[in-house]
Amino acid sequence: MIEEKRIVLRNADLIDPEKIEDYLQAGGYQGLEKARSMSRPDLIAEIKKSNLRGRGGAAFNCGLKWSFVPADAPVSYVVCNFDEGEPGTYKDRIIVQKDPQSLLEGMAICGHAVNSKKGYIYCRGEYPYVVDLLNRAIDQARNKGVLGDFDIEVRMGGGAYVCGEETALIESIEGHRGEPRFKPPFPGVAGLWAQPTVVNNVETFANLPSIVINGAEWFAAIGAPNYPGTKVLTLTGDVANRVSIEVPTTATLREVIYDFGGGIKDGKRFKAVQVGGTSGGFIPESLLDTPIDFDSMRGIGATLGTGAVFVMDETRDIVDITTRIAKFFEHESCGKCNPCREGTFRAHEIMKKVNQGRASVQDIENLTILSQVMEKACLCGLGQAAPAPILTTLKHFYPEYQARLQLN
Amino acid sequence: MSTIQDIVLAFRDKPGGIIEAYHAVQKEYNYLPEETITVAASTFGVSEAQAYGVATFYSYLSVEKRGKYIIRMCESAPCHVAGAEALIKAFEAALGIVAGETTADGKFTLELTECVGQCQATPVITINNVPYVNMSPEQVPAVLALCQ
Ligand SMILES: Cc1cc2nc3c(=O)[nH]c(=O)nc-3n(C[C@H](O)[C@H](O)[C@H](O)COP(=O)(O)O)c2cc1C
Ligand code: FES
Repeated sequence: MIEEKRIVLRNADLIDPEKIEDYLQAGGYQGLEKARSMSRPDLIAEIKKSNLRGRGGAAFNCGLKWSFVPADAPVSYVVCNFDEGEPGTYKDRIIVQKDPQSLLEGMAICGHAVNSKKGYIYCRGEYPYVVDLLNRAIDQARNKGVLGDFDIEVRMGGGAYVCGEETALIESIEGHRGEPRFKPPFPGVAGLWAQPTVVNNVETFANLPSIVINGAEWFAAIGAPNYPGTKVLTLTGDVANRVSIEVPTTATLREVIYDFGGGIKDGKRFKAVQVGGTSGGFIPESLLDTPIDFDSMRGIGATLGTGAVFVMDETRDIVDITTRIAKFFEHESCGKCNPCREGTFRAHEIMKKVNQGRASVQDIENLTILSQVMEKACLCGLGQAAPAPILTTLKHFYPEYQARLQLN
Repeated sequence: MSTIQDIVLAFRDKPGGIIEAYHAVQKEYNYLPEETITVAASTFGVSEAQAYGVATFYSYLSVEKRGKYIIRMCESAPCHVAGAEALIKAFEAALGIVAGETTADGKFTLELTECVGQCQATPVITINNVPYVNMSPEQVPAVLALCQ
């Protein structure tokens, strides 16, 4: 049986998150100290070599992203994406509630690498109690002087899922409607207030102190070679134990659901799992031996995404759940681009028809074409990923659709 | 209670501070009274249309008057399969209003929301941002009784 491996959650339940002294006692801020003794290019090269890939969903090489910030930029920003809007996900909340200083240290390490004096944490509006905790943690870090000349400010989101998209998030910090920007330019070149900006996820930052201390080779040797390290997962739905865990990325879905989740609740049988949040693909039993790393999940037409693991038992109605998900995307589409605004509306409309037993085979064909168009034509990842639950359930659970169709 | 003017002006020097100002007003008033938009527009140097556009983009902010207790009911997929629909119906029946409405005495507002990040114990509601987890229709009267 596979064991938990704690890097991000190394201090969880071992220290008092309200006390920076506990964090310092546990070796906190030694990573930052070591980072500051390194030259910026060396630090970036080290992070790049560790092959730490973004934990917010897109899995971009973290050091490579940092290297896009021009070395001579007079002003640059470090932004932490703590929007955590993907339904079924609460891992960033757990990380911050258990050990807020790890996030602050990670951001300060990034600040040194890209010569930034100012960081922002964009925390979702649903977590006002975590905003308060973060502000207390920042005050303590300031008072201890551990952050040096790097300062961090918390901004609160307003309940818009799209604001997790990095350029929409930047718009929101600037005080605008959270609509995604056209890329390029990418934030590394022109982000917050048109200055070079690094946007990383909470979990990405929280990995950094240990990587700097233990070195790139140490990290690269943990888990899957292409997506090394661990992943914090949140188990929801019909598993016996709805827990959050941190496992090496070589863990398989079956190990996650059965060894850590304790299998299906109430002695029922497994039907499906949706990984990565509500924009993730649905996965049938036959693919449960797939490792969770980003590339393996891609290989089966799914995604690791945020690491949310939503398990459904044999009694669950796949068409009904997919209809609910389609409503989510219609509601959360920001309306900036037509393929997403219209597409999510029509997709929900057709899914409702199927769910109510009023749809025909022609409707399913239209839904498939619409989904393929949206994947290609939508401006941002919201619209591009919205069809994934539909397409993967059509692929793996078509009989459930078929049973609902009108036969003429 | 501080005046809206005072609350908004406190954020004057914060770049992009309009959303922070809205949060602060809403914390005291439970919604954004119309004056907030005019004051924010002049404070942050944007048109009233833009200030209104920002306020109405975010589902967490409300330009409609709301009750003293704002009950938000999560209907995202993990809560949905855990019985969110029956829970929503139970709240609607207990309060005699439907989601989106406020009771006549101004005490309760019911809202639907997407995931609030407490999916380890579904279904979930929040009352004035405090999460209540593992909810069931049977618990509705007790939870409402907590709101005094
Ligand atoms: C609709 C949408 C929502 C997103 N939500 C989040 C989120 O809540 N948290 C997050 O870290 N990344 C989110 N992302 C990904 C970000 O755009 C970005 O890739 C990420 O913050 C980069 O950090 P990383 O490289 O450390 O993963 C979202 C993307 C899209 C398209
Ligand atoms: S799905 Fe309801 S709280 Fe996350």
